[in-house]
Amino acid sequence: MEFIENHLLTLILFTPTAAALILLLIPGKNVKVFRWGALAASLIPFALTVFAWARFNPVPNPATPFQFVEQAAWYAAINASYHLGIDGISLPMVLLTTLLTPLALLASFSIKERVKPYMILFLLLETGMLGVFMALDLMLFFVFWEVGLVPMYFLIAQWGGANRNYAALKFVLYTMGGSLGLLLAIQLMGVAVGSFDLVTLAEKWPTIQSLAMPIGIPLETVKTIAFWAFVIAFAIKVPIWPFHTWLPDAHTEAPTAGSMILAGVLLKLGAYGFLRLVLPLFPAEAQRYAWVLAALAVAAIIFGALGAYAQNDFKRLVAYSSINHMGFVVLGVAAAAYTWNATAAGTILDRNIALSGAVLQMFNHGLSAAGMFFLVGVIYDRAHTRDLNEMGGLYAILPVYGTVLIFTAMASLGLPGLNGFVSEFLIVRGVWPIFTLATALSMVGLFFTGAYILKALKLVLHGPLNTRWEGKLTDINARELIVMAPLMVLMLLIGVWPAWLLDVINRAVAFLF
Amino acid sequence: MTSETLTWLIPLPPLLAFFLIVLFTNRNKALSHWVALIAAGLSWLAGMVVFIRAVTTEGLSEHPFAQSIPWLPTGDTSLKIGIQIDPLSTVVLFFVAWTVLMIFIYSVGYHNFGQPAGKHDRKGLPPEGAEVKEKKGKIIHVPSIEPMYSRFFALISLFAFAMFLLVVTDNLLTLYVGWEIMGLCSYLLIGFWYAKESARKAMIKAFLTTRVGDVFMLLGLAALYSLTGTLNYQEILSNPVVLGQLAGALSPVFGLSWAALIGILIFIGTVGKSAQFPLHIWLPDAMEGPTPVSAMIHAATMVSAGVYLVIRFFPLLSAGWEPGGAVTTPMLVMGIVGAFTALFAATIAVAQNDVKRVLAYSTISQLGYMIAALGVGAYAAAAFHLVTHAFFKALLFLGSGSIIHGMEHGVQHTSEHIDPQNMLNMGGLRKKMPVTFWTFLIGGLALSGFPLVTAGFWSKDEILSGAFKSGNMGVFIALALAALLTAFYTARQITLTFLGKPRTRAAEHAHESKWTMTLPLVVLAVFAVGAGWSGIPADFPGLGGLIPNWFEEFVGSMLHVEPVEAVHSLVPLFTSLIVALGGLALGWVVYRGLKERIDPLEKQIGGLYTVLKNKYYVDEFYQAAIIRPANWVANVFTYKFLDQTIIDGILHGIARFGVWLGNGLRNVIDLPVVNGAGDSAARSTRGVGMYLRSKQSGRIQQYMVIAISLLVLAGLVIYFTVGIS
Repeated sequence: MEFIENHLLTLILFTPTAAALILLLIPGKNVKVFRWGALAASLIPFALTVFAWARFNPVPNPATPFQFVEQAAWYAAINASYHLGIDGISLPMVLLTTLLTPLALLASFSIKERVKPYMILFLLLETGMLGVFMALDLMLFFVFWEVGLVPMYFLIAQWGGANRNYAALKFVLYTMGGSLGLLLAIQLMGVAVGSFDLVTLAEKWPTIQSLAMPIGIPLETVKTIAFWAFVIAFAIKVPIWPFHTWLPDAHTEAPTAGSMILAGVLLKLGAYGFLRLVLPLFPAEAQRYAWVLAALAVAAIIFGALGAYAQNDFKRLVAYSSINHMGFVVLGVAAAAYTWNATAAGTILDRNIALSGAVLQMFNHGLSAAGMFFLVGVIYDRAHTRDLNEMGGLYAILPVYGTVLIFTAMASLGLPGLNGFVSEFLIVRGVWPIFTLATALSMVGLFFTGAYILKALKLVLHGPLNTRWEGKLTDINARELIVMAPLMVLMLLIGVWPAWLLDVINRAVAFLF
Repeated sequence: MTSETLTWLIPLPPLLAFFLIVLFTNRNKALSHWVALIAAGLSWLAGMVVFIRAVTTEGLSEHPFAQSIPWLPTGDTSLKIGIQIDPLSTVVLFFVAWTVLMIFIYSVGYHNFGQPAGKHDRKGLPPEGAEVKEKKGKIIHVPSIEPMYSRFFALISLFAFAMFLLVVTDNLLTLYVGWEIMGLCSYLLIGFWYAKESARKAMIKAFLTTRVGDVFMLLGLAALYSLTGTLNYQEILSNPVVLGQLAGALSPVFGLSWAALIGILIFIGTVGKSAQFPLHIWLPDAMEGPTPVSAMIHAATMVSAGVYLVIRFFPLLSAGWEPGGAVTTPMLVMGIVGAFTALFAATIAVAQNDVKRVLAYSTISQLGYMIAALGVGAYAAAAFHLVTHAFFKALLFLGSGSIIHGMEHGVQHTSEHIDPQNMLNMGGLRKKMPVTFWTFLIGGLALSGFPLVTAGFWSKDEILSGAFKSGNMGVFIALALAALLTAFYTARQITLTFLGKPRTRAAEHAHESKWTMTLPLVVLAVFAVGAGWSGIPADFPGLGGLIPNWFEEFVGSMLHVEPVEAVHSLVPLFTSLIVALGGLALGWVVYRGLKERIDPLEKQIGGLYTVLKNKYYVDEFYQAAIIRPANWVANVFTYKFLDQTIIDGILHGIARFGVWLGNGLRNVIDLPVVNGAGDSAARSTRGVGMYLRSKQSGRIQQYMVIAISLLVLAGLVIYFTVGIS
């Protein structure tokens, strides 16, 4: 028991890897072993995360801002260490990851080909994502950042749709292109401060006086370039308009479970990067360019929604909706960046609310986007088409599916009473006094959010039944309902009683910024 | 149980009913409607107990029943939500509880409970009817039960929950939650028969049109919350300090004060929800839904919620206004929008032939009445009309549903192919459907403001006299004209449907509805008359003072200002008498004894009639001016142009540049230099290269190059820009 408590994060982080290795060694073609094995293994990190949640102290302690900290020597030569820890911002992300992975694996039971490598890759992917959320060392952060890419590339390229090669390549190269600058900037900072440790860096880097390096460039410029390197890397991942065009391709071509994780967790890595690295390490630069971020966020909100509205491919529509929703996260981050050194109590509260909303929006979008992608997958598995114009009137033959779809779509739309509304409201409330015009403009996007959601529901469920489906389609089955049930319960729970989650986030945000 | 605890409990039974029906009882129709009915009954009971306790409490407006709990942690504090019963919520709770319960009961009969299932009935379409063999072997057509019966009760239960939530809550955020959930229910219920193309269109139209208002309202919420740190009614609306600050602080928009800006933002929410011009277009189309839905959502409760909101926020909307003084900007806007809508919708109603659509436009018009009343500062009158209107309009809608039901029966019986909702196909239903006729007549007279006996007279008279006293003659004249038209189209409706001789065989064979449908009509008819007695003005000639003007005292106590002594004038009274009686008489004269199925007005006013019939072409205008451009911006500009052409174009351009560069380097360096250096090395390199190329179509390198060159470029740009500054 003590061992578990002392190495909780390591256990959560590497259980999937260990399980992947075990699966690798199991011979045979019995797909059941791999499916159930992977699912069972992925439930362990989830259980441990719930345990961590129970043990987590929501009141941050200034002496130890991170909890469940583990530190061990790693690359001693360059002062990089294996340093893990979580706070009230990363904990919800870890929970989201360990929750969505088993659900995605359960959703993957419909995968028929090459089940073994699929499951192994998926488990490795989980380790990559979790590492990013837990790492307190920049080098470690970068390693996990890159590690997550590889399995996802293969998942798209091997199990994806018709245009999978183009999409997978676009995804991996775009993200790696962003990572290059990130790597250079990280190295520069590590050398300048003499440590890659995030806690040390956050203390020293923002106030650094000179670089101990023979670069003939003013310090200000170096910091600005490093700032943009970080921003671009994360902006591509979020994605922020106009770096978003990889997303519709990747999401649409990925297998269902891949899309669930892509939208549910991978996009959050970028937003998390903003919160964990950009804001603490580059407060002055972030403040200077906050308006750029806000403008791009509004562009993402509006053009994301319009882009979604323009789609006739169900999955592509849902993919575009992610751009729209993540735009709100960035808007909240931009507002916080703009006011990082504010001292007025009112502004501190505004910033606090905006950031809490942003973190909650990350969690909420994880639930609703995963749910929506899964439901697209459910219909695709049966009808073998994603073309909205070929559906129509399906509510009559798929009543349970229709109800689940309406529920999830409403969560995505931000219907009060469900989760999305709480976070959107907080962001709008928090950002309004800081970027009033941007908030007002984002309402255009919010309006079109309604338009594209209703367009999808209209074309899938309502209207005269397209007779070619009569007697061909079966309603959502028990396994699929089990995938949706936890998501729907959480959507409702957060919508009705957000305090259990928001309290943790709110305290962490208030403490950090 | 304390009144506070009881108030918390009011909204819960219907919510439970919703979940019970959806999750467990949906296969059993009888069980489902019992669950819903019992839940509505419990809410009604709790509501009535709270109502009685509230009206017997002294000083309720200063000390309302209130209780709250922290809900949303924000920084060191938290946003609280809770319940509050003050005079305004008391009267609204009263009519909501009654109309909801009546409509639930009515729905049982309306959806043909107890009838057999139709052979050709399908989910998503209205039931077509069943064939039953009588004992003698004769096959007769009878109505069939709604195939989605349980779903209907689940949805109206959720709706009732949201409406109760909206009424009992003590803050704007929970009000917004109830507001939006009702929007969802409205969407789902308008599209209840979703397989109909028209229903599918109407449901989206309703949701999106009201959403226009909602996003503005959300901004109002954010602004109010930012400035005051709370959304609680008491803390904002009963606090002169807060109101004074909001009225005094200048907002960045058009030189409005923050109070005015927030007021207008909130009012735009009402414009959407209460179907005021220019967002009124969704309500008539919403008649696609089953009639109980029209009665509940689109007459008695949901659209009333918009008016309730502005009555509730009247202290903010009127912040800085003294009775008798110049009105504030939001009040001016409300006066203009309300009066215009009242008249505008009334003119359209004159030229509609669908029995429900007439009522839909009538609803828009009457809601405009209430808004206009607030615009001239007639606070209690607006609330009074809200209550009386809820009763008689619910009655009229349910009555129209009964008429349609009777007509459908006739259509099934005669197999005649006519529209059972078109009033020109009716006539003479008085004898076939006596209960419906008498109750509808009461409702219609109340709507027209028939003097003395109907509730509508008292409330409408108060509004007219309020408008007159305020000195705003534009509003007064518009409302008077609207009242005249209201009486006219009501007389037209009653004459066309009930009086004269049947104009079709179906109308000859119509028959009265079941007791589950007629009982609610009778109950509502009692209120359509009786509700008016609670608000007879003290200065009314003869009757005034016989019964105390309880309503005005009770609800008026919400405003913490003393009403000024107004000039006594008989002008508004005579006006309301003349327009009500004149309009009714005129309508009867024009339409009595109509034989052919053509509106006589069509010949007489020709072109104007066509314009009215087509609702001034507002829908067509929106289609051309807003919807089509919006589609273009989404499809062509955003997706095809920005994303696919510009952004992806740049990416692909960089990729092509990469290919060109890679090939160039290969031709200049690789082939001559490296190949020349060593054949075996070259062969293996090429082998790997070819392998990679076939695997990844050669784009890895290109993208790498792109990425690096982008970074270098970005670096350079920043270097130079920052370097210069």
